Amino acid sequence: MILFERVTKRYPNGREALRAATFSIDRGEMVFLTGRSGAGKSTVLKLIAMLERPTRGTVLVNGQNLAALKSRHLPAYRRTLGVVFQEHRLLADRPVFDNVALPLVVAGAHSSELDKRVRAALDQVGLLGKERMLPNELSVGEQQRVGIARAVVAKPSVLIADEPTGNLDPALSLEVMKLFKRFQDVGVTVIIATHDLHVVHEFGQRRIVLEDGQVQGNGDAPLPSMTATR
Amino acid sequence: MRGYLTHHAQSLLGSIGRLARTPFATALTVLVIGLALALPLALGLFVSNAMIATGGFTGAVDVSVYFKPDVAMSRVQQLAHSARERAGVSAVQVISADEALQEFRQYSGFGTALQALGSNPLPNVLHVRPAADAAAASDLDALEHYLSAWPEVDLVQVDSEWVLRFNAILDLLRRVLGIAAILLGAGVLAVIGNTIRLEIQGRRTEIEVVRLVGGSSGFVRRPFLYTGMLYGLGGAVLAWGMVATAVAVLRAPVAGLARLYGSSYSLRGAGLREVGLVIGAGLILGWLGAWLAAARHLRGIEPRA
Repeated sequence: MILFERVTKRYPNGREALRAATFSIDRGEMVFLTGRSGAGKSTVLKLIAMLERPTRGTVLVNGQNLAALKSRHLPAYRRTLGVVFQEHRLLADRPVFDNVALPLVVAGAHSSELDKRVRAALDQVGLLGKERMLPNELSVGEQQRVGIARAVVAKPSVLIADEPTGNLDPALSLEVMKLFKRFQDVGVTVIIATHDLHVVHEFGQRRIVLEDGQVQGNGDAPLPSMTATR
Repeated sequence: MRGYLTHHAQSLLGSIGRLARTPFATALTVLVIGLALALPLALGLFVSNAMIATGGFTGAVDVSVYFKPDVAMSRVQQLAHSARERAGVSAVQVISADEALQEFRQYSGFGTALQALGSNPLPNVLHVRPAADAAAASDLDALEHYLSAWPEVDLVQVDSEWVLRFNAILDLLRRVLGIAAILLGAGVLAVIGNTIRLEIQGRRTEIEVVRLVGGSSGFVRRPFLYTGMLYGLGGAVLAWGMVATAVAVLRAPVAGLARLYGSSYSLRGAGLREVGLVIGAGLILGWLGAWLAAARHLRGIEPRA
């Protein structure tokens, strides 16, 4: 479970990206974070990934209070997450296989296991057979799917995605979202920040709407237990 | 554990691959490191060769003690005995005035002239040979003081002072070698540190991604440490090669020169100890330079979101 309790984030330039935001996301739930640009969507994801620390308030992920996480435990924590970006952030000089294998390599996986799991991840995103290609030889949609394969290859318990369909046409966007839905189906908590309302409506998952750093609505919760505030 | 070792091997291979992809830049860095390491190695060899070439000299240091004419032989023997007891003295030879006169007659060619003298003008003499480990200038000074303090002694003469000077020069050179090694070692450290800093900057994106997917600091640092060690190793091997070439080129003329002085001395190249030392120094400096650069510059690189 992920819990944000009265979380405020003020950046060094004085901008308050989050203002006492409170919400929770159940284990295995898939939610959309929506809101205008600058409403605080990315900040929520950054706080979950520990790319930023909150100015005030508490962030709990799977029972772990992130404020209490020592920096030497940060790598191990990050390995429980899968992160997908709008720009895919692939290593341009490494083939697809190496890019996808990276989370397993940093975790010290055996090469036999590495091979099996990278292929499985590429199979899930429909890119089996493109292991030896360089990211730039792939289409934008394929690159995004390589990024997703990298995010899920180490079987994270939480998958976060920041505008994963931002560069994709509607058909591709739908494809990518279906992919995320499949990971939720196998028990992964999925959080997607997007302003692609078309896609959000299509899927009917719960939405956490942010406006000006505050939580505005928690509509479309499929189950009562998944309401945001406690 | 196997995954860990595999990763080390991969880091090493990756570092080799990256260095090989920019051969010119790599060669330049290795050349600078090689020159910096070759200098102390060459100086070290020069000093050790000079010591071997002059190896016989240390033993040639001799202290002659001339007694006053009226000192009895028994007293001379007594004093010779106490000189032998002293630490730092390896041998004491008594040469009586009679023996000295005998010898002088025999070798000087003044035999008949000496017979004209009524009495023996030569004094009793002690030849005191310092122990090899007590032949430094300060030891000899102390010995000289000790010997000249005897009231029976007329004159103490330390022979071969030039050997002392030579030893002092060698000592000075050894210190220069130490200073040069420290300065050039710091230079190697700076060169490697700076090279690694540039590489860290060039691989910023990769470092961010590795951190994002949960790569530990050790994981991020490792390839840079290997790169630093490879630079150090390459520089050390090059330094060895340069010095070995120089020794090979100089060997014949040095042997020729030694022959002219009636010596069978031949130039000694870098032995296992020196080679081990320079390669060890290269590896350690490479590792340390990379580690310092990594500690300083990796900290600031955190993934952006």
